[in-house]
Amino acid sequence: MPALPLDEAGKYVAGAYVVFVALLGIYVAIMAVRIDRMRAELADLAELAERQAASSAEAKREEVRT
Amino acid sequence: MSLKMPSLRATAAATAVVLGGAFALVFFYAPNDADQGFVQKIFYVHVPIAICALLGFVVAAIHAIRHLRTGDAVHDVRSYVAIHMGVIFGTAALLTGAIWARAAWGKWWVWEEPTLVSFLIVYLLYATYYPLRYAIADRERQARYASVFAITAGAFVPLNFMAVRLAESLVHPRVFATAEGGLPGSMMLTFLVALAGMALLFVTLMRFELAAKATRGQISRLRRALDAGGAAGTSSRIAPVAPAEGGR
Repeated sequence: MPALPLDEAGKYVAGAYVVFVALLGIYVAIMAVRIDRMRAELADLAELAERQAASSAEAKREEVRT
Repeated sequence: MSLKMPSLRATAAATAVVLGGAFALVFFYAPNDADQGFVQKIFYVHVPIAICALLGFVVAAIHAIRHLRTGDAVHDVRSYVAIHMGVIFGTAALLTGAIWARAAWGKWWVWEEPTLVSFLIVYLLYATYYPLRYAIADRERQARYASVFAITAGAFVPLNFMAVRLAESLVHPRVFATAEGGLPGSMMLTFLVALAGMALLFVTLMRFELAAKATRGQISRLRRALDAGGAAGTSSRIAPVAPAEGGR
């Protein structure tokens, strides 16, 4: 198989490495979105836990009063 | 949220160093191939990716065997993630291979070439894993069937590899073969470093995915526990806690 001249071969080599980096980038971006969603959900759960804790404290106070 | 995974960080750092070093060796140390010229540099990324993809499928089969033997769901998750990574690496192998084929043979794909076609068959076989898995609603049955699939398909990988090696048509170059003079030491070193880097990348991404899945599972457990606590609160005299759905 005859070797391609460097100026012609270069674009294919660059293409292959760019494809690899691009796929890696897409994967990292997808994972970043997933982690961001998890972070939002955790914040949501933290808020829910705080509300529940506040409600139970209020209930205890009410029980003491009655 | 703090995801403290020092071992994952160490693996990620090692991956960056080894893969960066491998690319430096590819472009500044390894000589151009006497036959193919500069285009051969594609093989330092294409071949390690393909090897890691196939090894990933074998790892998935091993975890599937462990899952069927022990019934431990952890092995099912590991098997799933190994296949997931294998398919991603397989996509990269097919794309980089097609680019090399275009440069070397003038065609993006050659149907007469057994190596290419057999890899495509393996890739498409594993692509059917997702619909098979998610077509089953029951979690336990889903995991069991997925494990059976992973074992069967995993056994197919080395068989397929041997069949291709035994085939006579070798249009696909064995660029790293040691016969007929073999590979120069500089090229072999570069290839081995690239292979190590790609294997580390595979392991890092697998651990990353597993960590994300574990965190996801813990969040679900936490939500169930809090929702149960909220539901219990409704039976008391206290105003019910509104279920929080906004973050989903």
